[in-house]
Amino acid sequence: MLHEPAAKTGLDKAADKKASLGVKMFFIYTLVYAGFVLIGLTRPELMGLELIGGQNIAIVYGFGLIVLAIIMGFIYNYFCTKMEDKMNKN
Amino acid sequence: MIYEVSNTAIIIFLFIVGLVLGVSFYFARKTKSAANYYAAGGNIHWAVNGIAFAGDYLSAASFLGICGMIAYSGYDGFLYSIGYLAGWVVALFLVAEPLKKLGKYTFTDALDSRFNSKHIKLAASISTLIVSVFYLIPQMVGAGDLVVPLLGLPHWMGVVIVGSIVIFIVATAGMTSTTYVQFIKGALLVVFSTILTFYILQNGLSLTPNNNYHKFSSTAAVVTSDTVVSVPDSTYTVRNTRVVDKMVFVKLAKDGKEAWYKLNVNENKATLDEMLDITVTPEGVKLYNGAPKSERRFYQVGHLSKIMVDGKEVDKTGPVGPFEFIKTIEKSEIVRFTKKAFVDGDSKITVWYQNPTKGADIMKPGLLYKLSRTVGATFWDRMNFLSLMLALFLGTSALPHILIRYYTVPSQRAARKSTIVAISAIGFFYVLTLYMGLGSMINGALDVESSNMSAPLLAKTFGIGIFSIISAIAFATVLGTVSGLIVASSGAIAHDFIDKYLEVKMTDKAKVKAGKLAAIGVGVFAILLGILFKGMNVSFLVGLAFAVAASANLPAILFLLFWKKTTAKGIAWSIIVGVVSSIGIILFSPTMYEKYGLIPKDAPIPLDNPGIISIPLAVITLVAISLLTQKENVNKDFSK
Repeated sequence: MLHEPAAKTGLDKAADKKASLGVKMFFIYTLVYAGFVLIGLTRPELMGLELIGGQNIAIVYGFGLIVLAIIMGFIYNYFCTKMEDKMNKN
Repeated sequence: MIYEVSNTAIIIFLFIVGLVLGVSFYFARKTKSAANYYAAGGNIHWAVNGIAFAGDYLSAASFLGICGMIAYSGYDGFLYSIGYLAGWVVALFLVAEPLKKLGKYTFTDALDSRFNSKHIKLAASISTLIVSVFYLIPQMVGAGDLVVPLLGLPHWMGVVIVGSIVIFIVATAGMTSTTYVQFIKGALLVVFSTILTFYILQNGLSLTPNNNYHKFSSTAAVVTSDTVVSVPDSTYTVRNTRVVDKMVFVKLAKDGKEAWYKLNVNENKATLDEMLDITVTPEGVKLYNGAPKSERRFYQVGHLSKIMVDGKEVDKTGPVGPFEFIKTIEKSEIVRFTKKAFVDGDSKITVWYQNPTKGADIMKPGLLYKLSRTVGATFWDRMNFLSLMLALFLGTSALPHILIRYYTVPSQRAARKSTIVAISAIGFFYVLTLYMGLGSMINGALDVESSNMSAPLLAKTFGIGIFSIISAIAFATVLGTVSGLIVASSGAIAHDFIDKYLEVKMTDKAKVKAGKLAAIGVGVFAILLGILFKGMNVSFLVGLAFAVAASANLPAILFLLFWKKTTAKGIAWSIIVGVVSSIGIILFSPTMYEKYGLIPKDAPIPLDNPGIISIPLAVITLVAISLLTQKENVNKDFSK
């Protein structure tokens, strides 16, 4: 009685599969993020190199990390919703 | 800095604050139960909750702090935007849904769901309270900064006003009202930041930021030795010379006023260039460029010294696109104003000298966080960068006032969807921070006494209307975030500590009353801290809150969700070690030494952000204690 959720959530048969997908996507993003930090730590001069359209690596990588997080969020939601619809229906 | 107070600004400010209070009153009538007070009854729509997430997260630190930091340190400020957003990936992929399944009202409920342990209840409620208070400090500092130009009131009054309004909001309504306040504010903030960015791009780049911009004087100097100079222009009299870190500062008198100049020697030509300076006399009198504040000799600054377009030098560009804006800044040169403090006899002098900086250096990391060995970066400089990026990445999903928002929606699917709405809105906003920060840097929008005011002052250069709206939204930002934090804190005291840890028997009504009383207590404490920390960049302070949260809470959450050998004692001790080590490192850091009035270099720990030490310490503690207390896990049901 102490710890039930504020709203009842019901049994989610897709929970394990969603968690596994989440962990995989987390590691992919973490690798990309770690790459940014690593360049800053080991070869900071690379950050100033022009990459595309007059924009340097720092700008492209920085904006890229923000946009990647949004895109991965949508992909994750798409697959999770699909799993929930399929597994909870059966 | 002296600001003109505008009636339009006051009217718009009162309207927005009135709107916030109106929403609170409306929802206050619906708050009858504990479930309503702490978790809005778990019935908020995911889209509304997603924008409210953005409202909670885009606090004073994001709008005021990051823009200010970019305006003073270029790309290094943008690192905060990148790290703050990346943190949401941890929240979405690892924490959102499982936590929604585990919790009831608070972060402590979720952590304790498997164990029903008194150790966890105590440790988690303390950590929630400490992290929330750390997060409250910058919000209050930001509020104080805002009212100075907006209403012409002193800093401390801003802090008291915000504290009082928020105590009133939270003590009357709880989570439902803070959700709708955050929804309105989050939406307004994103929309008006987009409008401000549009203004910046339309305005383009110009060597003269605006018609009122102060033209900094320069006079020829004769250098007779390394430190002694004379000035051929007889209207100036040399009063004094000081050498600070190999830079020569000269006090000149003209028309009965004294001001400090910096000696610059280029290609055998020596000049003395005007700076901004504040002198505090032994009697405690503060002089701004040699005169009292009321004489308005202290200016808003920030300008370009060279604009390069397609390899040619131009005076202005006209309207530019978003990529062209960044590209042009990278090729151009910007005058930053760099702070230096020294002593002249019994007077304390602070100067901000003109520091022409290549756009290429501004558009990459390195001005604030030294990284390259060629500019003398040490091991600890690089560790500071690593520590910051780690704390920002891991801090988001450990912030109690963000975590409690997962309990306001009806299902796990809604929790996930609202997180995605939040990431999209927040990500878009963080892209805008780069434009707003750089816009402040080149449009004469910097008040060197407060980096936090860059974005609102930038809006002011485009007109009093947009300034008033942006400032009022920023003020509402503070109101909303502080409300959320105080709900989280009051939950930690009244629900986690009094109800669950002390097991004081209370009716549902009494629980809500206890929460409200706790909210008042935390609010008063936050007001005092906000006054005490005046003058510090709010994003830097929030970075510290992230480090404490990442150290104290995140290892506990992740190991609870993903490691079956985790025990109650392992969680409790990891939280305590995380809190104590992160706060301990902060208290002995160079920045805090400066705040104590000591020499920053004497600080025993050369790190400003503790994450790189305190997060691994908390993880090691959790693993070690859990392995030592495995007997506790026998007969535990892990199927939940």
